[in-house]
Amino acid sequence: MASLQEQAATLLEPAPGRGARAARALPHYLALPALVALVLAALYFYVNSQELDTIEARSISFPIIQQRTLEHIGITAASTIAVIIIAVPLGILLTRPRARFITPVLLAVANTGQATPSIGVLALIAIVWKIGFGPAVVGLVAYAVLPILRNTMVGLDGVDRSMIEAGRGMGMSKTKALTGIEIPLAVPVILAGIRTALVINVGTAALAWSIDGGGLGDIIQTGLSLNRDVVVITGAVLTSALALLIDWLGGIVEDVLRPKGL
Amino acid sequence: MITLENLTKTFAGQKEPAVKDLSMEVPEGEIVVLVGPSGCGKTTTMRLVNRLIEPDSGKIYLEGEDVTSVDSDQLRRRIGYVIQQIGLFPHMTIGENIATVPHLVGWDNKKTSDRIDELLNMVGMDPADYRNRYPKELSGGQKQRIGVARAMAADPSVMLMDEPFGAIDPITRSKLQNEFLRLQEDIKKTIIFVTHDIDEAIKMGDRIAILRDYSTIAQYDKPENILLNPADDFVASFIGTGASLKRLNLAKLGDVELVDWPTAKLEAGADEARAVLDRSDKEWVLLLDEQRHPQRWVNGDHLAQGNGALEDSGVPATSTAIMDTTLSSALADMLTSENSTVIVIDSDGAYQGVADLPTITKATKAMRVEAHGGEGHDAIEEHGEDKEDASAGRLKDAEA
Repeated sequence: MASLQEQAATLLEPAPGRGARAARALPHYLALPALVALVLAALYFYVNSQELDTIEARSISFPIIQQRTLEHIGITAASTIAVIIIAVPLGILLTRPRARFITPVLLAVANTGQATPSIGVLALIAIVWKIGFGPAVVGLVAYAVLPILRNTMVGLDGVDRSMIEAGRGMGMSKTKALTGIEIPLAVPVILAGIRTALVINVGTAALAWSIDGGGLGDIIQTGLSLNRDVVVITGAVLTSALALLIDWLGGIVEDVLRPKGL
Repeated sequence: MITLENLTKTFAGQKEPAVKDLSMEVPEGEIVVLVGPSGCGKTTTMRLVNRLIEPDSGKIYLEGEDVTSVDSDQLRRRIGYVIQQIGLFPHMTIGENIATVPHLVGWDNKKTSDRIDELLNMVGMDPADYRNRYPKELSGGQKQRIGVARAMAADPSVMLMDEPFGAIDPITRSKLQNEFLRLQEDIKKTIIFVTHDIDEAIKMGDRIAILRDYSTIAQYDKPENILLNPADDFVASFIGTGASLKRLNLAKLGDVELVDWPTAKLEAGADEARAVLDRSDKEWVLLLDEQRHPQRWVNGDHLAQGNGALEDSGVPATSTAIMDTTLSSALADMLTSENSTVIVIDSDGAYQGVADLPTITKATKAMRVEAHGGEGHDAIEEHGEDKEDASAGRLKDAEA
């Protein structure tokens, strides 16, 4: 009887999931880059089919596009890394019992940062501080702290208490329970927050031109102020394509870093 | 051995203590079950022992050593710990889960790895198949086994188990309970076991402590004594109705006198069977084969209709039990069998005797006599001398 039951249980058990998921995910992983490549190809043929005047030709020349794209990626990367360094440890700290009393205050501050229009934050920084790449990064950081902070806290709070209880009950120290159980189990939620912050940053970086931070937004702004549609379209399509690609990369990183077994 | 001395714990912001002045002794190698209604403080009591909750006052001794103020993380590594939710770490493989405490106490990889295989074999799961799986790939019963294996990884002499078989279906639970009891016969750990289920307490416990509010002991005794002699109304109502039925869980067929039923050889034929039946006062004859394995039950009607071939007459003798079967499950089998009996066989399947309803009745009567005669009183006196045990006092009051 027992062996029959066990056999049945074995049959019903899910096959080790990794292989199956990877196989199903491969077309999914390739779909977005293919789409972006199509859009960029369409943009290329569209721009080539237009007769460009000298202003247009200069504004969307390859070196300019390359420079602005690198600036955009630079701002996004620097601000996201800075946010991770600030918000993840802060989130861990705020979920410790002893720090619980300041949690509402800090969450309120982070909420304010997010609620303020991003262009307002950037303008404010330009007024009280200065302009350029550094201030642009600072502005983005202020804006993107919340998703990572909140997800870190939610992720840690969401860890099943029985896991921690079991770990502590077997003699794990508080630190060991944090690094060995709580953080690994919160990783998927924290990663989701980081991806959100990344997407916010890549979008907000398009406003960095407003304090002379560069980025692809600069091309759009040039097109608008000079009233050249082809420049605006090029800037807009490139900004969107970059945002989509970065989000796609974020998704892959999430899948790779998610602990097995979850 | 675990000794608790005057443990008291009041949680911050509460007027009433959760545990009030609790003293008890858990003998070496025994399972002591803490049982009581929800909120009586049994889980808190258990967590005081490994100091997941620090007592306000009182002392905890482990094998004679005062552990009330040693490093609590170090202390917990010496005490196996199983909780109802099991709490397997989902991001670690089964092997890594089991290796938790060995890693904490710094075993080398070889020793740890050997121990993982040993434990998986012990709980009946093939190491080659399971050690690299993740918890989500296991059934509830398998998770529970791993939870127990993980608690035993560094071979602690003492274990704490909080409703370890609580969250699984009744059939698997009963199977795991039996497995664990078999295991305990070999490993002889000193165990504090918490449950709210009195039936589980009776089954698992060498001793049972029935707790009431503030974790005060209403009665602390062997299961049979508690069932036969509840200390007061609280204990009696907690045991509930059917105490005599529950008692049947504690006695085995090997403990009672079996009935010598009329039997005949299958090969001897119908005439011989009829002769045996006529000589006895029973209505059924049990037919045995050459190896004395029970084959069929036949009665007078079957023999009258029969055409001489005994192999097909009567009913198959399928209701069998061994000496280790409890009276309770023997009774259940009797109620469903054709002639209200169970055939007792030995490990080779050979006929030993028959248990029927009068067997059970006689056994319960004997238990009652025994309880009100000798053993019950001994138990009370033992307690009285032992120390100022609240239950003993109450027992005497109840007697008087």
